[in-house]
Amino acid sequence: MTPNLHLWLIPLLPLAGAAINGFLGKRSSRQAISTVALVFSGAAFAMALWVVSQFSSLTLPYIETLAPWIRAGSFQVDFAFYLDQLSLVMLLIVTGVGFLIHIYSVGYMWEEGGYYRFFTYLNLFMFFMLTLILASNYLLMFIGWEGVGLASYLLIGFYFLRDSAAAAGKKAFIVNRIGDFGFLIALFLLIKHFGSLNYAELAHVIAPLHIETHAGLFTTIGILLMVGAAGKSAQIPLYVWLPDAMEGPTPVSALIHAATMVTAGVYMVSRSHVIFDRAPSALTVVAIIGTLTAFFAATIGITQTDIKKVLAYSTVSQLGYMFMGCGVGAFSAGIFHLMTHAFFKGLLFLAAGSVIHAVGGEQDMRKMGGLRTKIPWTFWTMTAGTFAIAGIPPLAGFFSKDEILWQASRVSLIYWGVGVFTAFLTSFYMFRQWFLTFFGEYRGEEHSGAHDHGAHSHDDHGHGGVHESPPVMLGPLVVLAILSVVGGWVGIGNRFENFLAPVFHSTATVGAGSFDAAATNIAPAEPQKEESDKSTELLFTYISVAAGIFGFLLAWQLYYRRPELPAEIATKLGGLYYTVLNKYYVDEIYAAVIVKPLIAVSSAVFWQGIDRGVIDATLDGSAEGAREVSDTMRHMQSGNIRSYAGWIAAGAACVIIFMAWVALAAPMGAR
Amino acid sequence: MVPLSYYLILSGILFACGVTGFLIKRNLITIFMSIELMLNGVNLSFVAFAAQWHALSGQIFVFFVMVVAAAEAAVGLAIIIAVYRTRETLNVDQVDLLKL
Repeated sequence: MTPNLHLWLIPLLPLAGAAINGFLGKRSSRQAISTVALVFSGAAFAMALWVVSQFSSLTLPYIETLAPWIRAGSFQVDFAFYLDQLSLVMLLIVTGVGFLIHIYSVGYMWEEGGYYRFFTYLNLFMFFMLTLILASNYLLMFIGWEGVGLASYLLIGFYFLRDSAAAAGKKAFIVNRIGDFGFLIALFLLIKHFGSLNYAELAHVIAPLHIETHAGLFTTIGILLMVGAAGKSAQIPLYVWLPDAMEGPTPVSALIHAATMVTAGVYMVSRSHVIFDRAPSALTVVAIIGTLTAFFAATIGITQTDIKKVLAYSTVSQLGYMFMGCGVGAFSAGIFHLMTHAFFKGLLFLAAGSVIHAVGGEQDMRKMGGLRTKIPWTFWTMTAGTFAIAGIPPLAGFFSKDEILWQASRVSLIYWGVGVFTAFLTSFYMFRQWFLTFFGEYRGEEHSGAHDHGAHSHDDHGHGGVHESPPVMLGPLVVLAILSVVGGWVGIGNRFENFLAPVFHSTATVGAGSFDAAATNIAPAEPQKEESDKSTELLFTYISVAAGIFGFLLAWQLYYRRPELPAEIATKLGGLYYTVLNKYYVDEIYAAVIVKPLIAVSSAVFWQGIDRGVIDATLDGSAEGAREVSDTMRHMQSGNIRSYAGWIAAGAACVIIFMAWVALAAPMGAR
Repeated sequence: MVPLSYYLILSGILFACGVTGFLIKRNLITIFMSIELMLNGVNLSFVAFAAQWHALSGQIFVFFVMVVAAAEAAVGLAIIIAVYRTRETLNVDQVDLLKL
């Protein structure tokens, strides 16, 4: 018998926290606000752990219907929750990492204004994110999808008095809208052709369909879904919002813009694997976008000097890896990387926040350096994160990235080659950051100057000299550091893949045989092939580890032994360097090609032309007309009894004349 | 017997005189008398029709009109006296406090 899990409690607990803090937080003490926020997000985590303990006794997928929502004929969408291996992994990541970041935020945000607002938004985000991953249909997922976008917008613009933060929030929201447009159209297509949005029903309906007959439809839906995923998960061409999103407080960058929300696209694509399995072209699009993004963002990451911007581009790049994994049909590898990435990137952001906190709000790595001895806890945890993301074994990033690269190499060596080169770049920029921040001499201004900086720097953490963060911030760092080290071990011997296998294989076998990417993942390899696969896999592993180590050595050479070299190289590269430094001028190109024409057309045609010229003019004109007619007519209302009587007499005379005319003319006609 | 049309024409003339008086006169009492004239013009047409069709209802109607006219005269004259006491005039053009 399947126990009742009360899954609905998991999202609603953070919502309750958000409601309490949102309505009462303004007059509450910081202690009370922190308690509410931590208790409710912690309770969600505890519920998730309890679900794990019950997991073996469940019949999967476990579906729990809370209330009916839309029921129109045969089309039916309910407030229902869906639990399988995939949602369980996401559930643990979101509640676990989310809870840790809540704890960290208590320390990080303690001095900030709007404390209750911050935790209200953070809990609200948890609610929507959990709705997104636990939804049993695309429409409920879409609610969560939009909700996390809202929470993201609110938190990016948390320091809304700063113009750049407000603009970044708007940018994130608008760019996400473009993606959501694709997602919505995909949902409409699903409704039109399959009459349902429930995962279970869709899998049932789609399973018997063959790729030969429905390739066009599935490819369209797949690409539209990918448009949505590209918006949310910051992939080319919609990645531009994520680096700007670093305007938000650092815990937000860690939780929303690294660990959880931005991975929603990967989750959504994996959740839609039934569709993608039947749309090889769409999968190719996913893989190409992922590979390109991974490489493109990594090159930008090399030149950035803001500690959070480096991590932001790194996030974009790592998300590219996940899509590369999904795109070659290795959804479980993508989700695996999603999980390890949540650990080490969450850790890196939190550690970066700790560094920023330590140096008084400074975010420019050129003004850091030599912090190794001053903030040892931060240093060691960040070291774990850096080695993990660089793919050095046996840390978490190695396993997941290697899995993706291996799966990619089986589809095309191009993906693999770009992936390995990106791994080298990743390792290089991460160790560049590591050396710049923690080694060499301290290049920042002394503490008196730090206050001036605090005034216009990003997080306003200008207090005191370089100092280690409080234990409430270090605790989550340590936990995440441990996870970053050991988190990849669950993938040893394909255990993670086997765990997720029921989700991705249950429906994928039918009709996918004609497609090699899906087939390689599904068809059990022959023993002979497996043998040679093993040695090839090992060779590829050596190469990707070598890429990581090479990146480390290069960074060590450039930023530790010969710190004057990078400037020389930059001068030599000249234009290329500046192009990359300015992020390939993508923002400028978008501004020139899309934003400016859009604004011009909007203000000339839609605003001045249609809004002013047609709508306003119609209203103003009719109001003006009514006013003028009234102006004439009001002279009748003279207040003079005799003039009224005159009008009555005139009216009566008209009636009499009419009747006389009827009496005289009509009978004549009748005769 | 005098034809019906004569009565009706006389009635119309009386009514038109009343209307004209009501419209052009400024003195409240004259206006009041013009109203009485209109009422009596109508009364004349009522009795004329009653006599023509040998129907009693026209006659009865006239009595009702007379009763109402008497009541109206009482109230109207009271108002006229009240107006004269407060405004010291019976010119309607000067009794215009309610006018904007």
